[in-house]
Amino acid sequence: MSERIEIVAPVAGVVGNIPVAVGDKIAAGDPVIVLQAMKTEFPVEAEQGGRIAEILVSEGQEVEMGAVLARIDPE
Amino acid sequence: MQGLRKVLIANRGEIAMRIIRACRELGIATVAVFSEADRDSPHVRFADEAREIGPAKPAESYLNLERILAVAADTGADAIHPGYGFFAESAAAARRIEGRGLVFIGPSSEQIALMGDKLEARRVAERLQVPTLGGTQALESSDAAIEAAKRIGFPVIVKPVAGGGGIGNAVVSDPVALERATTLAARLSQQAFGRGTVYLERFLPQARHVEVQIVADQFGTVVALGERECSLQRRYQKLVEETPSTAIDDVVRAEMAAAALRIAKAIGYRSVGTIEFLVDAEKRFYFLEMNTRIQVEHPVTEMVTGIDLVREQIQIAAGVPLSFTEKDVKPRGHAIECRICSEDPLKNFLPSSGKITDLKLPGGPGVRVDSGIELGSSVTMHYDSLLCKVIVWDKDRDLATARMRRALSELHIGGVKTTRDLELAILGSQEWRDGRIHTRLLEEELLTRFRSSLGQL
Repeated sequence: MSERIEIVAPVAGVVGNIPVAVGDKIAAGDPVIVLQAMKTEFPVEAEQGGRIAEILVSEGQEVEMGAVLARIDPE
Repeated sequence: MQGLRKVLIANRGEIAMRIIRACRELGIATVAVFSEADRDSPHVRFADEAREIGPAKPAESYLNLERILAVAADTGADAIHPGYGFFAESAAAARRIEGRGLVFIGPSSEQIALMGDKLEARRVAERLQVPTLGGTQALESSDAAIEAAKRIGFPVIVKPVAGGGGIGNAVVSDPVALERATTLAARLSQQAFGRGTVYLERFLPQARHVEVQIVADQFGTVVALGERECSLQRRYQKLVEETPSTAIDDVVRAEMAAAALRIAKAIGYRSVGTIEFLVDAEKRFYFLEMNTRIQVEHPVTEMVTGIDLVREQIQIAAGVPLSFTEKDVKPRGHAIECRICSEDPLKNFLPSSGKITDLKLPGGPGVRVDSGIELGSSVTMHYDSLLCKVIVWDKDRDLATARMRRALSELHIGGVKTTRDLELAILGSQEWRDGRIHTRLLEEELLTRFRSSLGQL
């Protein structure tokens, strides 16, 4: 099995919504975490398809830019 | 009440600076409030007094009305100016401020409540025979939304009944996207405005956003101050505005002003306010909503009319009659505003936070800068991305465009990504030069070309 892919916050923000759960199968481009910053929502998308292995944040949590939000097992 | 002595400004950034300036010219003392994140922000030192009101999160500071009311009592302020955003359009907040015997610088809480409900506002317009886009009542479920959308015909636009700033708005072309959009809009609107109800409206492709500025005092004088064209938007938020609009002629201009005046008079409006319309390719206009506050883009109207809208707004709240009548309004020339935002246009307008490490603001003839930042300011994720506004005036649209491009080329902001280069490119595009703009142009065409050409359109 290849290495897990990290989903990283592209901007500092607050986790607004998590549309996926551990074990979900996702395609490249699917939103994994929705971040809120400067009064706007930003979906952080998977660059590659796979299965959600870990979710490291919870709704309402403040995250710094570069923080790892989730990990994906590529498929 | 005649004459205010001290105004508390319950806001931050450029609009706080703008309001403090207006107060100072009127000889009114000012109280700034600020969050922990804004200790070094310019508005804090610019006001006569300043008080910290809580942590960075808006809910705990700029939206913490109890705390703000305590500061007002403690400093002896007799009025609160809400600016825009935060609780500027909260009827409940206005009511509580009025209830403490303070002046809320804006319309009455009843007027905010009436026009803040977009379906109520649409009914007001319909009753006055002002054209609307029709659309649904409040939707009970996503099944009801799908039924209604089939009746109206896709594409439709999903909108929350409460709120503003384009939050939750989405254009959708099929039932699957509609279901997703109604759920999202309900959630966002519940979070932001405490009400999750949504409705649908017919979507007009290639439409223009044109709005009419209204000023009304407490003595029944209501004046329309011309229009602002705000079609260049991203995420339903305006980026570049101008007046006059290239979308309409003098006949339509007069009809729109008359429609806006009918609405303002019918509800007994008293403050500055804006009636927003969509205009289609045949120059037919449709009422969208009313904003019961001072708007970000108010300076373009000030530039062509010479009327200080914030000063008038404060004076109206103080019970002073308007300083002008309809006959005195003689707009001249052309004005353009560019909102300079800390966002990366190459990354889908991703917010960019950081410290301002370099700052050169433009100057020279016909240029006005309303700024909320200075060298060393921190731009955080907690507040909106507007850094400053560059506004220019000149005799006609071509000259104003050249002047804006000159001004933007003088502007340098280091430390965060900004929208400046995109705005320079927009003003150089053929569509802008021809005045052929619409609400989807920026996202659907200009942005793609900007990304692929890195600057040239």
